[in-house]
Amino acid sequence: MNAILSLFAVIGLALIAFIGVKVAHLEFLFGTAIPYIALAVFLIGVISRVLKWGRTPVPFRIPTTCGQQQSLPWIKQSKLDNPSTGAGVIGRMFLEVFLFRSLFSNTKFELREGPKLAYSSTRWLWLGGLAFHWTFFVVLIRHLRLFTEPVPGFLHSIEALDGFLQVGIPGVLISGVVLLFAATYLFLRRVFIPSVRYISLAADYFPLFLIMGVALSGILMRYVVRVDIVSVKMLTMGLASLSPVVPEGISAIFYVHLFLVSALFAYIPYSKIMHLGGVFLSPTRNLANNSRMVRHINPWNYPVEVHTYEEYENDFREKMKKAGLPVEKE
Amino acid sequence: MAKTPKPDELSKIDYAPPQSAWMDTPAELKEGNWCYGAKPKNLETLHFPNPREWRVQDEDWKLPENWQEIILKGMKDLLDKYRSFRVFMDICVRCGACADKCHFFIGSGDPKNMPVLRAELLRSVYRGNFTKAGKILGKLAGARELTYSVLKEWWYYFFQCTECRRCSVFCPYGIDTAEITMMGRELLNLLGLNTDWISGPAANCYMKGNHLGLEPHTIVGNLEYMLDDIETVTGIKITPTFNRKGAEILFVTPSGDLFADPGTYTCMGYLMLFHELGLDYTWSTYASEGGNFGFFTSNELAKRLNSKIYAEAKRLGVKWILGGECGHMWRVLNQYMDTWNGPADFLQVPKSPITGTVFENAKSTKMVHIAEFTADLIKNGKLKLDKSRNDNLKVTFHDSCNTSRGMGIFEEPRYIINNTCNHFYEMDELTTREKTFCCGSGSGLNAGENMEIRMRGGLPRANAVKDVVDKYGVNMVANICAIDRAVLTASLDYWVPGTGVTGVHELVANALIMKGEQPRTTNLRGMPLPGTEGQE
Ligand code: HEM
Ligand code: SF4
Ligand code: SF4
Repeated sequence: MNAILSLFAVIGLALIAFIGVKVAHLEFLFGTAIPYIALAVFLIGVISRVLKWGRTPVPFRIPTTCGQQQSLPWIKQSKLDNPSTGAGVIGRMFLEVFLFRSLFSNTKFELREGPKLAYSSTRWLWLGGLAFHWTFFVVLIRHLRLFTEPVPGFLHSIEALDGFLQVGIPGVLISGVVLLFAATYLFLRRVFIPSVRYISLAADYFPLFLIMGVALSGILMRYVVRVDIVSVKMLTMGLASLSPVVPEGISAIFYVHLFLVSALFAYIPYSKIMHLGGVFLSPTRNLANNSRMVRHINPWNYPVEVHTYEEYENDFREKMKKAGLPVEKE
Repeated sequence: MAKTPKPDELSKIDYAPPQSAWMDTPAELKEGNWCYGAKPKNLETLHFPNPREWRVQDEDWKLPENWQEIILKGMKDLLDKYRSFRVFMDICVRCGACADKCHFFIGSGDPKNMPVLRAELLRSVYRGNFTKAGKILGKLAGARELTYSVLKEWWYYFFQCTECRRCSVFCPYGIDTAEITMMGRELLNLLGLNTDWISGPAANCYMKGNHLGLEPHTIVGNLEYMLDDIETVTGIKITPTFNRKGAEILFVTPSGDLFADPGTYTCMGYLMLFHELGLDYTWSTYASEGGNFGFFTSNELAKRLNSKIYAEAKRLGVKWILGGECGHMWRVLNQYMDTWNGPADFLQVPKSPITGTVFENAKSTKMVHIAEFTADLIKNGKLKLDKSRNDNLKVTFHDSCNTSRGMGIFEEPRYIINNTCNHFYEMDELTTREKTFCCGSGSGLNAGENMEIRMRGGLPRANAVKDVVDKYGVNMVANICAIDRAVLTASLDYWVPGTGVTGVHELVANALIMKGEQPRTTNLRGMPLPGTEGQE
């Protein structure tokens, strides 16, 4: 149900752009105004969200420790999994963000007769997730070629690497294809793993379909319904140089692609995709476990009501004396 | 009290989620899965809101009229105070990596015991009230309203989480459902919704210094019983001191160790070790609790209870503090104490008077874990140990959640065990260290009336124990946690009968060759030592 609604929402978005261009000839709206608005919403939204997080205090030092602490000098500390220094934290975060290290150690279990619980490691989500994110990233970077003139050398290298298969005309760029497959995998596991289906909201399917839509329209544009790349570049350079132009003759599929991307960007700040920022601010990962060495300050620490020793002794003085315990007041 | 089903019934677990969506499936508060509600007198003692007689099974929980307003205001307050809470509310992608990591899910199959869904119980209300998307799109964005039935669902499931943080290890963003449970419980406490099993000990601790409510003379009396037993076994008379000013070290341990087997054997272990070392230390009857049931209630109460440790150290003028074997106690000491009640600038950087080792890792809190202390003694050859006295034991080690994932003390206890026992076997590595399973009854869930969920939650740990029992004949589960000592005893008895539970310092005391001791014929439990059976 959640999945179908999300699918229709994405198809609806694609249709809006298609009809808008084909029937209503709103090329200017879809080619320039909406992308600008989307970018503005994205930037303002992301920045304000991150500022909101950043302004919220971290009252306690609560890393989740996943290895041996620093203690006696002859006990080997797990410097990455239980960092006690800034460098260790950076290492831990780097591996999390770029290699999804926690997901790498994922496990699954099985309940057998007996009962006997058997655990084993499972890396499919890690692999699918990694493929999805890295290809998304590469695709994003590759698009910079549309917004730069001359195109910087590193973009050529990336594209060359990406086209290493050297099949097809134009040459197949592997990242886009893998992105589509990886997103499809993430979708299928959402539908077929009962527990994951049970927790999935429309807000989980929607971004997946949106990204699949973006990738699919992009792939169609490159290999099937060819678009006039020279005109497209005029449009994108116009966007980049803040002097928008809308050349004639760009096919509708391009506007569909651009509109879906715009929708994705505008949606990001209000969605779970904000995890891209949040992961850096997660106090269980980005803090060192050194709170016995360095006092962590809580900005809102306030005095509390306590039961003092004096009150305690007043309650128990006679009993304490009888038991031979020293007291402050006879 | 509900009757707990037998193990073979309980282990038939259905993991298939129900047909209806979780938001449309109100929680059914099943007996055996919840604890009795907090009694008014305890809430009054603690000056907590809404003290009243109430029963979980009643329709009406006697809440203040404006309870929704109170919760939402409380939520806003917490969102403004804790980055963890705000970020964790926003960034979960519902990938499900955490879903099957919770011992309560594994043991019950209840989808709302998947950490992600436990968090969504709160997150859905957050979305509905604090996010644009949730306010506009409602259910589509995963938002819902805070109704009476949602509130009951919170109560049911936030007291079915032991705040063990296992889920947090596996989450790609480190989302810690324990943190969310803590926020949830904090909110519930605004309405006087807590369990009797938590608020009772917390009130005891506030007034009398420890969870069990042991008054000063009882503490002394309980220790005297132990001293008599020690004398019987070793022939040595030990005379510890209490509330003594000018001692070098204040020793603080969970009160559970003063009260019931097998914790008392661990306590005897401390007494014997300190005596043998000639340690200049004192017990305190005022700060007679290392654990902190306030931590399972609200941040403020946790701080109030914890304050006694530094206050007492200051009053007695000790140099530093040594802490006994306990789980959540050490999460609190490691991650909260100094921030709450520090700086402890009236103390000195801890230095072992026996080895001269300076505990640099505790240079700010000035509080050392006894496993660190003892491991250092052994490493420096300061203890004479006869491992063979523990030869009747085949030992495995259970890592407690809090010392594992809120501190990371893994090698110290293992080093001690390996130096005091000849037969040590590890459990499946996917169930130890940072991946360890909760005993099933942490965070104040170790009551009697919720035995079914305790046994369910205890299944993963007990099952991994059973594996080493079958493979190697393990007969003793060592640990460094007072709650473990109490509750593993019950869950192993249920799932793996015949397996014992011991603190690490009981093993130390049995192996420890003390100056002037009589030839030992029994261990601390009065069982014949290996090789001396039948010599009576
Ligand atoms: C920086 C560290 C990041 C980590 C560790 C991470 C990890 C993950 C994981 C584990 C998922 C779950 C896959 C699933 O839904 O089953 C996911 C989903 C997703 N991520 Fe990231 N991500 C990161 C950054 C990013 C960035 C920079 C983007 C940029 C747009 C992004 C976009 C997405 C999207 C759109 C999804 C949704 C896929 C879905 O719903 O399945 N992520 N991420
Ligand atoms: S592992 Fe983390 S992101 Fe994934 S569902 Fe669980 S809490 Fe959410
Ligand atoms: S903290 Fe532990 S008990 Fe709570 S949800 Fe996570 S795994 Fe389950």
